[in-house]
Amino acid sequence: MRGQEARDQQLERKAVMATLAQSTGDDIVRLWNEAGLPSEAELLRGPETGLVTVRGRIGGGGAPFNVGEATVTRATVRLASGEVGHCYALGRDKQKAKLAAIADALWQDPTRRNEVETKLIAPLQAALASARERRRAETAATKVDFFTMVRGED
Amino acid sequence: MYVAVKGGEAAIANAHALLADRRRGDRSVPALRLDQIVEQLALGVDRVMSEGSLYDRELAALAIVQARGDMIEAIFLVRAYRTTLPRFGYTRAIDTGAMLVERRVSATYKDLPGGQLLGPTFDYTHRLLDPELAAGGDVAEPLQRASETEAMPRVSAILAREGLIEPDGDMPQDHVPGDITREPLEFPMARDIRLQALSRGDEGFLLALGYSTQRGYARNHPFVGEVRIGEVELELDMPELPFAVPLGTARVTECQMVNQFKGSAKAPPQFTRGYGLVFGQSERKAMAMALCDRALRATEFGEDVVAAAQDEEFVISHSDNVQATGFVEHLKLPHYVDFQAELDLVRRMRAEHDARENGGKMEEKREAAE
Repeated sequence: MRGQEARDQQLERKAVMATLAQSTGDDIVRLWNEAGLPSEAELLRGPETGLVTVRGRIGGGGAPFNVGEATVTRATVRLASGEVGHCYALGRDKQKAKLAAIADALWQDPTRRNEVETKLIAPLQAALASARERRRAETAATKVDFFTMVRGED
Repeated sequence: MYVAVKGGEAAIANAHALLADRRRGDRSVPALRLDQIVEQLALGVDRVMSEGSLYDRELAALAIVQARGDMIEAIFLVRAYRTTLPRFGYTRAIDTGAMLVERRVSATYKDLPGGQLLGPTFDYTHRLLDPELAAGGDVAEPLQRASETEAMPRVSAILAREGLIEPDGDMPQDHVPGDITREPLEFPMARDIRLQALSRGDEGFLLALGYSTQRGYARNHPFVGEVRIGEVELELDMPELPFAVPLGTARVTECQMVNQFKGSAKAPPQFTRGYGLVFGQSERKAMAMALCDRALRATEFGEDVVAAAQDEEFVISHSDNVQATGFVEHLKLPHYVDFQAELDLVRRMRAEHDARENGGKMEEKREAAE
């Protein structure tokens, strides 16, 4: 049972990290300032930019192969209260990586989680979801509706 | 004796200053911003990302401006930049089945789950230049249509149900994917390494080779089983975390080419496949890659290797446009000493040739006189 709880919590944390990684640095900074979240933390690593090699699968689902590289910026921070937060995000935005790592650390503190969720993660998630939905609806408008031309008697 | 010649430093510096001036062009025209290039020359940016083998839109846009729009020069700049960064690791393999699809068409099935989604395509346009674009008019927002989130399985999965198509390409369990950025090319090579080389290969080169297979050089009856373009999530395993870290999303283009195969001693009659996967929206490149991938599998299927597109060493050794341009363009660098040596050699050979000719003529005259 404890194991299940820990796994659920890991999934939640992963979803938070995904939201931060997908959001723009501008959006994170704006919400951060509006929420007045603390941006002091000890930098344990980075922020630093490097590469990851992106892998695909042969035929879509077969053996993995290397497609090419992507820039990634990472940061690891420790709060005064001890929580360690990480961020790895595509791109070269160091401020974003640092803030996202702090957000990950704050989220792990049960007394701060709610604030991070409601003031930062939820609005970011809503913006991402609405952008995704818009993209999906725009694509759906280009879906081909086939119809059959009936010719002759029967 | 060796004589070193120095010089040209001032000329080079001035040439680079002139390049900077010409790159900027007429100062009364506003300078391009990178976001303008990212937004409005997006497919050029995608090509630089794909062949530069680095997913980073702003860097690709910077490279395009710095290279004055010379794509191969821009690709070269991006490749050089890559080497300055440390590598954090390899992502988990992306799942194109879970893609947020922006375009998806199949030439083999009309009614496939998820449907035919044309997306932002040049297909069916009339290829007429649009003077309104030159005038810079406003562009209407695209239409939206409510849609249920439908699963969009890859077309290969549909054919697989009947057992009439070969499965996705597998490798032995213990096979570690090869990496051409770490190890030199060796022939023959495994399909995974070939695909890495093709994915960063020159679009024009692969397009010409793919075209050659259609025209009868290594004919293999292709159909586009599916082309899909959209965003996929990237994840990286990190030792400090118990789960794969989400990195964000990247746009890729995937092509599943389906090829007729009449069977051989090695395999029953079935459809075989060529696979293409490239960064960005680049379906011509993904299709050309898939055609080349299939052609290069000739020996795997016991087909005769008779055409350039089937020759692995030929295709892979010449597909990289940074290598190609380096070797071709180096010819314009000073070769004064080499050429001096050749000049001496040709002068000597010519003198010997002339002597032989003249000697022969004298001989003829003597014979005629006798």
